[in-house]
Parts: sequence; structure tokens; C-alpha cells
Amino acid sequence: MTGPSGSGPAGFGPPVAGPLGGHGFTVPVLRLGDILLVTLQGELHDGMAEQLQQDITDRIAHTRVTGVVIDISGVDVVDSFLGRVLAEIAAGAELLAARTVLAGMRPAVAITLVELGLTLPGLRTALDVERAMELLTAGERQGEGSP
Amino acid sequence: MRASRHAAPASLPIGSDADLAWVRQQVRQAAAELGFGLVQQTKLVTAASELARNTLVHGGGGHVEITPLDSGPAPGLRLAFVDAGPGIRDLDRAMTDGYTSGGGLGLGLSGAKRLVQEFEVDTRPGEGTTVTVTAWATVVPPARPGP
Repeated sequence: MTGPSGSGPAGFGPPVAGPLGGHGFTVPVLRLGDILLVTLQGELHDGMAEQLQQDITDRIAHTRVTGVVIDISGVDVVDSFLGRVLAEIAAGAELLAARTVLAGMRPAVAITLVELGLTLPGLRTALDVERAMELLTAGERQGEGSP
Repeated sequence: MRASRHAAPASLPIGSDADLAWVRQQVRQAAAELGFGLVQQTKLVTAASELARNTLVHGGGGHVEITPLDSGPAPGLRLAFVDAGPGIRDLDRAMTDGYTSGGGLGLGLSGAKRLVQEFEVDTRPGEGTTVTVTAWATVVPPARPGP
């Protein structure tokens, strides 16, 4: 043993080693017209996921957006905790008159969620952000007038 | 130190959100090094995330032992989640989908079991719980020699 290592023993140090205490990095939330685009990436700690739920719900109420797209194409694991948070974000948005679409789930994540028993009923999905946007704006147009 | 081809057993602490993220990363890396496919990796990492969270939330923290198994016909990875918490009083009930004592979805144990090939719980009231899971990499038949 040669005392504390500066660079970490095997390539990457544990995440606590960086300037990452609690909510050290933020999840980008972008407003595009009437839609809130939330991009999740990499490792999301449980506390951050819960914080995100609060942030998004607040943003919906303040900005009066009518749709939320959550892009999870950069997320390689969705466990029952994150799955529950995603479902609760959607449920909360629904109560605030906004629709949520989950975009870009990786195939391996989808297979795993089904086996885990977490199929997220009621959550709308799209293969990518573009289609998710289309889904939300098409729904709006339909609501405005009959053909 | 990764001088040998196969990683040695490793023990990681489970005491915080950040530790859960670290466990996921290390399990992913170990599984990838053993030749697990992407879906297999995702399933095992998801199971590890569920079980590590149980260790943290219900067991009051503990550790995980990660053991690569490479002497059999197929490489495997064994994960033992150890805590010195209150133990599980009614294991049958805890293994039921939807049963929860911690405010989650109740998919942790039962869901994790479906994501691995071997699953064993050793729990003693007042002494703690050890959940040991093993997953084996499916050996993909080698590509046929060129034309």
C-alpha cells in the first residue's frame, strides 16, 4: 500500500472522487416552443433522479408547456427505481396538462425492463426525439379542429 | 492492476447513491471483459442495481463481492451482496412481485431473480442478508472459417 492514489488504481476513479457531490451535474432541460426536452445521460444517481422529477414538474407549471420529451438514448441501464421516477414524472405532467413521451430507449434496456416486470404502462414512447416531437405536435393539431 | 487476463475478485462498498453508480459501472466492466453480450450485460447490471439498492435501503449498507468465474465451459460472473441489517422476515413474501416494504415497486428481488441464471438468498433475522447471483455468458459459436 502506497497511500492514497492520485489517479485511481484502474483507469477511472470512483465517482465520488470528482467534484460530484450530490447534485454536482445537472440534467439539461431545454424548452422548444411548447415542449420541454429533457436529456438523460450516463449514470443518474437516485437523488438526482428525484431532484429531476421536482425540477421538471416545476418547469411545466411555470412555463405552461404542453408536452415533455425525455430522451433516454444515452442511458444504458433503467432499473425499477429510475423506471418509477420516469413513470411518476409522466403522471405528474399529465396532472399539469402536459403529455410525456419517452424517447430513444435502447433495445437492451427494453428487453431487460420486460424481464424485470416493469413495462411502464401508460407511458408513451417514441424511437427518437424527432418522432417524439411529431407525436406531441400532431396530437395538438388534431385537438384543434376536425378535418 | 490488470496484469493477468482475468480480473481478480473485487469487493466494493455500498453506502451511498454514488456507490450504487460505481457498482453498476464495475459490474458492467467485469461482464464486458468476460465476453458478455450487450443484452446480458444490461440484464446483469440492472439486477446488480436492484440488489445493491436493497443492500443500501433495507440492509443499511454493506458491500458486494464481484467474482469472475472462468474455469467452466462458459465464463460467468458471481455477485454477492452482503449486509448486516435486520434480515428478511418473510422471504416468500419478499420474493413476490409487487410486495414492498420500502416504498418501491416491489420488483427488486423478484425482478433481479429473473435477470440472472442463479439466485440464492441467505438471510438471518437480526444478523443480515446475503444475496448471491450468478450469470453465465452465452458462448456464441465462432464464425465459420472464411469461404
